[in-house]
Amino acid sequence: MSPRALTALEPAATDPAFIRNFCIIAHIDHGKSTLADRMLSITGVVSDRDMRAQYLDRMDIERERGITIKSQAVRMPWSLDTATGSVQAGTYALNMIDTPGHVDFTYEVSRSLAACEGAILLVDAAQGIEAQTLANLYLALDNDLTIIPVLNKIDLPAADPDKYTKEIVGLLGCDPDDILRVSGKTGVGVPELLDRATQLIPAPVGDPNAAARAMIFDSVYDSYRGVITYVRMIDGALKPREKIMMMSTKSAHEVLEIGVSSPEPTPTKGLGVGEVGYLITGVKDVRLSKVGDTVTSFAKPATVALKGYSEPMPMVFSGLYPIDGSDYPVLREALDKLKLSDAALVYEPETSVALGFGFRCGFLGLLHLEIVTERLEREFGLDLIATAPSVIYEVTTDDKKTVTVTNPSEFPGGKIASVSEPVVKASILTPKDYVGTVMELCQGRRGTMLGMEYVGEDRVELHYTMPLGEIVFDFFDQLKGRTAGYASLDYEPTGDQEADLVKVDILLQGEAVDAFSAIVHRDKAYAYGLLMTERLKKLIPRQQFEVPIQAAIGARIIARESISAMRKDVLAKCYGGDITRKRKLLEKQKEGKKRMKMVGRVEVPQEAFIAALSGDVETKKEKK
Amino acid sequence: MPSALPIADPAPLNGLLPASVRNGVKHRNFGVYIHVPFCRVRCGYCDFNTYTSDELRGAKRQDYAGQAIAEIEQAAHVLSEAAVDERPVSTVFFGGGTPTLLPASDLAAMLSAVVVTWGLAPGAEVTTEANPDSVDLEYLLALKAAGFTRVSFGMQSAVPHVLATLERTHDPERIPLVVGWAREAGLQVSLDLIYGTPGESLENWRTSVEHALEQHPDHISAYALIVEDGTKLARQIRRGEVATPDDDLQADMYELVDARLSEAGYDWYEVSNWARRSPGLVGVESPASPAAEFRSRHNLAYWQGHDWWGIGPGAHSHVGGVRWWNVKHPAAYADRIAAGHSPAAGRETLDDETRRVERVLLKVRIREGLPTSELDAAGRTAVAGLIADGLVDPAAAFRGSVELTLRGRLLADAVVRRLLGD
Repeated sequence: MSPRALTALEPAATDPAFIRNFCIIAHIDHGKSTLADRMLSITGVVSDRDMRAQYLDRMDIERERGITIKSQAVRMPWSLDTATGSVQAGTYALNMIDTPGHVDFTYEVSRSLAACEGAILLVDAAQGIEAQTLANLYLALDNDLTIIPVLNKIDLPAADPDKYTKEIVGLLGCDPDDILRVSGKTGVGVPELLDRATQLIPAPVGDPNAAARAMIFDSVYDSYRGVITYVRMIDGALKPREKIMMMSTKSAHEVLEIGVSSPEPTPTKGLGVGEVGYLITGVKDVRLSKVGDTVTSFAKPATVALKGYSEPMPMVFSGLYPIDGSDYPVLREALDKLKLSDAALVYEPETSVALGFGFRCGFLGLLHLEIVTERLEREFGLDLIATAPSVIYEVTTDDKKTVTVTNPSEFPGGKIASVSEPVVKASILTPKDYVGTVMELCQGRRGTMLGMEYVGEDRVELHYTMPLGEIVFDFFDQLKGRTAGYASLDYEPTGDQEADLVKVDILLQGEAVDAFSAIVHRDKAYAYGLLMTERLKKLIPRQQFEVPIQAAIGARIIARESISAMRKDVLAKCYGGDITRKRKLLEKQKEGKKRMKMVGRVEVPQEAFIAALSGDVETKKEKK
Repeated sequence: MPSALPIADPAPLNGLLPASVRNGVKHRNFGVYIHVPFCRVRCGYCDFNTYTSDELRGAKRQDYAGQAIAEIEQAAHVLSEAAVDERPVSTVFFGGGTPTLLPASDLAAMLSAVVVTWGLAPGAEVTTEANPDSVDLEYLLALKAAGFTRVSFGMQSAVPHVLATLERTHDPERIPLVVGWAREAGLQVSLDLIYGTPGESLENWRTSVEHALEQHPDHISAYALIVEDGTKLARQIRRGEVATPDDDLQADMYELVDARLSEAGYDWYEVSNWARRSPGLVGVESPASPAAEFRSRHNLAYWQGHDWWGIGPGAHSHVGGVRWWNVKHPAAYADRIAAGHSPAAGRETLDDETRRVERVLLKVRIREGLPTSELDAAGRTAVAGLIADGLVDPAAAFRGSVELTLRGRLLADAVVRRLLGD
């Protein structure tokens, strides 16, 4: 076992040979945070006295609230007692870089990986590898990272390290003995892991005399300090008070502070080749400090940017509406604020007949959508309705005009020549018992199977191409539901395809309700129409007249229900002259009316829109 | 938009009224309601302000008439101070509770106090509610002798299982007897029915309506059962022991009773009330004069916005745009009366717009309807839509009166909301 390093190395003056940059690839509950805690305490950067569970996760919450800098990368000292091969004995600086953990942020993950030379593949010894981990592992291999496979939670009674060792060997083609067994909880094996990382991960390589080039791998907004930019130095060096330039936008800023996290932000005299740290320039919007961009010196700029930069591309669109219409300005302000810390979020005002004023928002994926709506509700106290998520369609009409459609209401009327939709390559990892179920689900979602392979003895990875539009519509919930929660999903865009897609409108008393229109495959139009008309029949209270509910493609009605007219709405009694009570009742009824949205003459309760859009009609027990 | 409901003001201890109550007093009749807050048992559906002997917390039934008479004396003083005491009483109504749980002499004493204080207008209507269980010929004769003109029996249903669900204890066989005795005593007779009780079929209801008609009453009230919060029935429904009354079935029942009564010579005059068109039509000699009015004028007074003083615990009053209500418990009421204080718990003074809203709310429910002049521009516009939807009679609207059709009566609350421009 290695002793703790007694003195840390000075940032800005560390020989790259003594730097190791790595990330941890792990599924969400496979123990990454606990392992990170153990590393922080074993390396001594967090004293035992200050240690608390999930030290870095605490900062997660703080970042969400915009109050403190999250430690996106932690610098930890570590000593090797003895030399092995070309690796010398002595004190090293280990930079552990955090990777966002989910499917929508593949691009951000790829940038984090690009900042590292090695990756710890952390697998729960009781659960085995998951689809997302697998996807990130492939990304790491594509980036030529040195992989250090680790089985975690070996202290658990349910742990089956032998079984999952085979799984990993099957994936990596490594020697079973190369797979470390650790317990983040008890600390068993963690020093050995740090030794192994130091010995195996290559030192960063760069030209200290070249023009400075640093890659931005994360950028977060802090309400006190502005944007904190996390970088990995490739060539040259950056110093405090230096004027820097972002190579994609050519915008120039002065470095107000530069430093490393260990794990609290610590200003330094600069950052040199191979080092990982943060910059503060006083910029207030993360769009000016984009993940993947190259930071260079303004005075002596580099000519070639680091490769791999791309603009974030929204893939999924949804309308967000405040339940209380008077909250619209609050929603606008909240989105403006969130934008500061979320470069991928796009939005523009939108009006819906049914839902009033709101915003059409673009997201990287469904989880991004969920995170944003949750933050809006939690941090800004908003109650929101989100319309059914949609993807980007390219619709070409018979007169050869092409329209980009992110909202069913933009779908052109008249003759359509073709509709093109985005397609993704989906990988689903599932226990082999559920293969049939998963295949059935994918087939039902217009998936085309590309292949399947065993991962270990009893799990299978299925590969499909599938329209993204099918995935955004509750595919993940269905997948989890049908596999007792075992299956996991990853996907990446692969292009577009033409498909026979139509817009289905839902009409109340002949008037289309924009919030319920959907673009679906012709084969599924009837099922969608039936589903929505039945839902609405259950949700909309009876009116003083009969209300037909129809589903239509253009002028053609494909499904129909109707709500019979209300026959009784009168209180028979006079309550012994208690007229005050009658008047109060009237006021109450009028108050209730305010929560109704008018669609033509039909009063629709706000809750009906929410329930119809969220689909919790079928699962709820019928009232009465 | 009407103004928001005023926060009720505390009622002054001396009960005095503002001078504004005198405005328009000549156009308003004066009535007295006397609440008798006692029942032998509480029925499962009932949320009226009434108490069984276990619940009286020291208040005594035998003291009640004296307390009511003391409030009548207070009323005399208050109305005289406000200079609105010159009107004789047009209607007196004893309701409950079960007024006939008190001896006839108590009812007589209270009525006598009213008569002595304000005098009775010619042809005044004096009614008491009665439980078929608690009266006999002698009792009814005593009422007639004391000046009562009318008795309203809580028949509710003629079907035993319906009465059982309602927890009514009387034997349906008793209805013909008590009606006969009331006739013999020379009293007008009204029967109260309830429809839409859980488990009651349309056929059950038809049976009850026919039984009621066989008694040839002068007046019939038919109320849809309302499940009130806090009642035993509401709890039974919440626990799933009893089904919720069905709106469509209640609508069928209303249409049935309206058709049947209309055929048998009764006209509706308020959503839930029907009166004999004229004497002789139903084949029974009317005890009252040929010109007798069979509608309950006391009931109508509520809808027409007249003045009345409500005597007793929880009773509501209205005089010239001031509404107030008494403390609910008989013991609290007794304390107030004993201390010489007004028993009022709260009051509100209505502004002009609220009074207009009330007139729309109340008058739409009666056959004479609501003058369109009471409506604002939005309300007058709404009338066209209501005619188109078949809820308001077009010919009457043309004459300047909003009168409900049969379907309109069943949707009267919705009509009111539309007239008030919601």
